[in-house]
Amino acid sequence: MRGSRKALLILLGVAVALFPSPAYAMHISESILPGPWAGLWFAVSLPFVLWGLRDIQQRSREKPYTKALVGLVGAAVFIVSCMPIPVPWLGTCSHPCGTGLAAILIGPWATVVVASIALLLQALFLAHGGLSTLGANICSMGVAGAFIGYGVFLVARRVGASFFVAAFLAGLLSDWGTYATTSFELASALCGDNSPWQMFLTILVAFAPTQIPLGVAEGAVGAMACLFIHSRRPELLGNLMEGKRA
Amino acid sequence: MRHFPGAAVPLVLFAAGWLFCAAGHAAEPARKSADAPAARAGQKEAAPQWEGVDKTVIEKYAEAAGRPAREPYINTDQGDLLLFCFLVAGVIAGFIAGYYFRALFPPRPKKTEEKTNV
Repeated sequence: MRGSRKALLILLGVAVALFPSPAYAMHISESILPGPWAGLWFAVSLPFVLWGLRDIQQRSREKPYTKALVGLVGAAVFIVSCMPIPVPWLGTCSHPCGTGLAAILIGPWATVVVASIALLLQALFLAHGGLSTLGANICSMGVAGAFIGYGVFLVARRVGASFFVAAFLAGLLSDWGTYATTSFELASALCGDNSPWQMFLTILVAFAPTQIPLGVAEGAVGAMACLFIHSRRPELLGNLMEGKRA
Repeated sequence: MRHFPGAAVPLVLFAAGWLFCAAGHAAEPARKSADAPAARAGQKEAAPQWEGVDKTVIEKYAEAAGRPAREPYINTDQGDLLLFCFLVAGVIAGFIAGYYFRALFPPRPKKTEEKTNV
């Protein structure tokens, strides 16, 4: 069994290494948002990033393994949010976000920081997203994705959902929440004289065929990863297991 | 690790099915063009496949609203340069992830080693 597990991990690693290619999905590209809207989303995201940095510093003093965990999760979020996944029946690609799982492991505030770093590197070197739209992308993937995932996981545990189901729902809804926030950001900035809600729904519906299956896949993979961590090092999950804040 | 292998089976089946469908979808246009080259001659080039939803959704609505995307400030999207950048980024991130993974989840000693040590 141990050998087959190793083979599975090697296969996944080889697959990821052999097919690196640009993924374009929730990232809003350079200059799509007008200046004032881009500035507004920067202003919204900044306090979350600063609080996240403070949270990481504080927790590193209390728990020595925090930095290693944040490093692992940060690298994973960067990789996952670059990984294009084809949706066979549509012929399009999109990527998961990984922020739901990240929020369960390191908390939502620290997740905003790692998502911001990932998005900044992608905007700078991978032609992926944009510097002017970084604030909006942090809000959708970092803030919304992390807090929705974390909140859903806590609520699901409190109402008695199993660990697997709670982690699955966190991954699923954090993915959908990210794309819903992107739709809101686009609709609010680009609606012009039209109704922003109508445009929001239109964009959301356009995302749906790709993101519904991808959200399910992200939820399943996140739940599997949580099960693995729970079985190997349950202390990393802290009080979350009982539905209390870590 | 007790629950992992059993629970991994549906995940692997799901991923394999997904890849199978994607491969089938990718092969479809090539098969069609091989079957009917004459019919294709007078037609426009087909829309590119496997584009991300940022092209098919975000940029589509942004262009309709008069806000087309501009080139990135550091434009690595030129030829194979972007592929190189993704590969380097993937290697570095993979190394960091692997390093910390091993620090957090060190390999368990094998049972035979345990017995020998005792």
